[in-house]
Amino acid sequence: MPTELSRRELSWVIGGPQGGGINASAEIYAKALTRGGLHVFANIEFHSNIMGKHSYYRVTAAPLPVRSHVDEIHMLVALDQESLFGDALERKHYPSHIGHVHRVAPGGGIVYDADLKIDPAQFKRDDIRLYPVPYFEVLEEALKQLGKGGQSRKYIVMRNTVALGASVALIGYDEDLLFEAIRESFKGRKAEAAEMNVLAVKAAADYVRAHFQERPARRLAALPAEQRKPRILIKGVQAVGIAKIKAGLGLQTYYPISPATDESVYLEAKGPQYQLTVVQAEDEIASINMAIGAAHMGIRAATSTAGPGFALMSEGFGFAAITEAPGPVVFLWQRGGPSTGLPTRTEQADLQFALHPAHGDFPHIVIASGDIEEAFVDSFESFNWADRYQVPVIVLLEKFLASSLFTSDRLDTSKLKIDRGLVYQPVSPEKNGYRRHAITADGISPRALPGTAGGIFSTTSDEHDPEGHITEGIENRITMMRKRMVKLQTAAREIPESFKFKLHGPRRADLTLVGWGTTKGAILDGMTELELEGFSVNFLQVRLMRPFPAQEVEAVLRDAKRAVLIEANYSGQLGALIREQTGIALDHRVLKYDGRPFSRNEIVDGVREALSERTKEVMVSHA
Amino acid sequence: MPETITPPKKFSLQEYKTEVHVDWCPGCGDFGILSSIQQAFFQLQIPPHRIAMISGIGCSGKTPHYVDTYGLHTLHGRALPVATGAKLANHQLTVVAVGGDGDGYGIGAGYFVNSGRRNLDMTYIVFNNGVYGLTKGQASPTLGKGLQTKSMPEPSIQEGVNPLAVALGAGYTWIGRGYALDVKSLVSLIVQAIQHKGTSFLDVFQTCPVYNDLRTKEWYAGDDIGRTRLRRLDADASWDPVVKDPANLDEVVQKKTRALQTSYETGDSLAVGLFYKIDLPTYDEQLAGKVPALKEHPLIDLPLYQRDVTPLFDELA
Repeated sequence: MPTELSRRELSWVIGGPQGGGINASAEIYAKALTRGGLHVFANIEFHSNIMGKHSYYRVTAAPLPVRSHVDEIHMLVALDQESLFGDALERKHYPSHIGHVHRVAPGGGIVYDADLKIDPAQFKRDDIRLYPVPYFEVLEEALKQLGKGGQSRKYIVMRNTVALGASVALIGYDEDLLFEAIRESFKGRKAEAAEMNVLAVKAAADYVRAHFQERPARRLAALPAEQRKPRILIKGVQAVGIAKIKAGLGLQTYYPISPATDESVYLEAKGPQYQLTVVQAEDEIASINMAIGAAHMGIRAATSTAGPGFALMSEGFGFAAITEAPGPVVFLWQRGGPSTGLPTRTEQADLQFALHPAHGDFPHIVIASGDIEEAFVDSFESFNWADRYQVPVIVLLEKFLASSLFTSDRLDTSKLKIDRGLVYQPVSPEKNGYRRHAITADGISPRALPGTAGGIFSTTSDEHDPEGHITEGIENRITMMRKRMVKLQTAAREIPESFKFKLHGPRRADLTLVGWGTTKGAILDGMTELELEGFSVNFLQVRLMRPFPAQEVEAVLRDAKRAVLIEANYSGQLGALIREQTGIALDHRVLKYDGRPFSRNEIVDGVREALSERTKEVMVSHA
Repeated sequence: MPETITPPKKFSLQEYKTEVHVDWCPGCGDFGILSSIQQAFFQLQIPPHRIAMISGIGCSGKTPHYVDTYGLHTLHGRALPVATGAKLANHQLTVVAVGGDGDGYGIGAGYFVNSGRRNLDMTYIVFNNGVYGLTKGQASPTLGKGLQTKSMPEPSIQEGVNPLAVALGAGYTWIGRGYALDVKSLVSLIVQAIQHKGTSFLDVFQTCPVYNDLRTKEWYAGDDIGRTRLRRLDADASWDPVVKDPANLDEVVQKKTRALQTSYETGDSLAVGLFYKIDLPTYDEQLAGKVPALKEHPLIDLPLYQRDVTPLFDELA
């Protein structure tokens, strides 16, 4: 049964070789839709490759909020043949995909290059509409108007704009909004390119109007001007970056790694404006240790990485914990593992790694964000926790959030408050008995800022006494272990519930979905579809992974009639954590580990199948 | 060697010492280096609370516990990255990193090289004794091929690294070598190293009387050959390691080449003193080029917590 969203959304996909301009086209298109008052969710799939391999960008838009993508495509824009039929022709062994034609919805349209001279029979579909457009010829037409006729070879990269223009004309969207988006994307020195692109769109629109009578079944219109709300278009890396700037970040360190690098590059670009230092280190060991050194000196420090880099940070993480450094905050952007794995794809397989990042027992905090708003507040608050509890903190994120584009209201900064925790104010500038690791009931010792007279301290990665000097004494060891570990209880007591978990939907329901991270959007949108089938559904989204809200999660699960665990990994890592912490085993599991994000259909179909009599565990992968 | 002018002392030598029990073995060369560091701070009269000492792991790693300044005793091989972060956070502190030769040239080799490239204004002192003392005498990266100390079952079949040659290639802007048991000269070298603007690197020959029975104080003194094995560069009137014009590539290459040749003198003549010095823009200065407020204030004193992010949302509208 279709929901309002599934009736009104339009799923538009542009595919082409990497370096062929699909990013620019998709982001201009997304901006034009946002300006027209529509909600947009856009996500990109690409290879670990600089140029040539197949990539595609999917823009899902609707006049109502949309947080997920669907399998079906209403408008496919192909820049090459591979986007239509896959790479089986080039790769005899193990072709990596079969293209996107099979996903085009009945009544959907395909814009492709007429110069490919594809026999329509090759599509093996009589329920879709084909729009072959001679990209080169249309481009030539546009260039003629600028007195640049005969130069289309030089401007061949603009073929993507021709394809974009044709698709927008076919779905009937407001072309003026597209022109506005193009002009904003090509400003200043690129202004000449803006007009060329506008003319290319116009020529493409003229071409489709002159050559095709039939339109694709699904159309998209901008809202009436007075109903358009000004919104922003934001990616996960930007939301995190802005939150970190707002939080007072002083030093960001990183070593280049997909998909984390974009966040550091964003911060580096804003460095001069916000007096922020960003250092590209020689490896991730250096990255985390630089951040620890800076945190001990008293500034807020962070490092961003992905699984392979985090593996190198293990010893540094333990060092930060035993020396009670106020941080760093590690932003762990998950990708497909293990090892190098799937560098540019998404997965949720680093949860258990984030929970056990180093040898020995020590306190640390792990929070997992499910969407842009949560990534924003979590990124901000994590620095308060690092300072307040003097522990390293992990913000667990995913490639899917990093590079996806969302329409959003401006993120609310009014409730964000900086808390630097207990800073030691020396009673005198001389030696005054200050103890950096003083034993306290809540485990928190006031930290002195190096450079301050009267605050001199030492600390060490060896077990140490309250003054920070090495000791292997038995009583001290027991006291120090307890002192550090009790900080977890302090944190569990003080951290507000909204950071621990969210129960979406009614408190009691026929069906309880359990998940974490960025499956949130597809689960929330999928719930609406499941509800139409007569279920009442709620969704337990776990956010704080350490200290784990065991009592709260247990209470929700005890009330659940049937619970289905949904995770983008092989083993059900949250399920393992829940069982460890509450003793509750979730029988039904929907798992996905193909490196691609869950579509709404995969959630709905997976849950249905998991609930069927025969299967308790379902692996979903809608190619 | 420049004379250090002694100002009226505000801080006594005692104020640079802690009461923590020093647990090095009797006769350890580390005592000479510790004493030299304390005396250098004292000579320079740097307020103890304006110093951060950062160390790696091993016997030398314990040094910050014995010097009454801010101290971070970090991980094996990671003193330099931690020191780098500390300096970036508060570049008005005097940052001195210390560690052993295994720490710096083995497990920390990547940081040794890359810190030279960066040229932050800080000092790195390596206690070089040729062995991993705390784990009972295995060969360190500086122990030469064919050598066998008493706890090694077999002689080493790897070449020893030449840390000064690596430092020259890495781009250190002040490179020197001292000897732990010549405290007077070592204090002078440490003072110069700290005064240098840029990353200064000081390799120090250090005896390990328990595990290195080859490079003993008698060996350095040349008891077997009738004269010291240590050749003082400051006694050589023709020795001129300071680059006068950093823009003159010929001079830079010539001085580096001479320093390199000198670092390969082996056998019975080991040079100690200043090998190379050049004044180049530091990393701190270059950061201040991007963020002018850093010229006057360290990062920690900038108004980082009142930022208005509205313009960042405007860009996304």
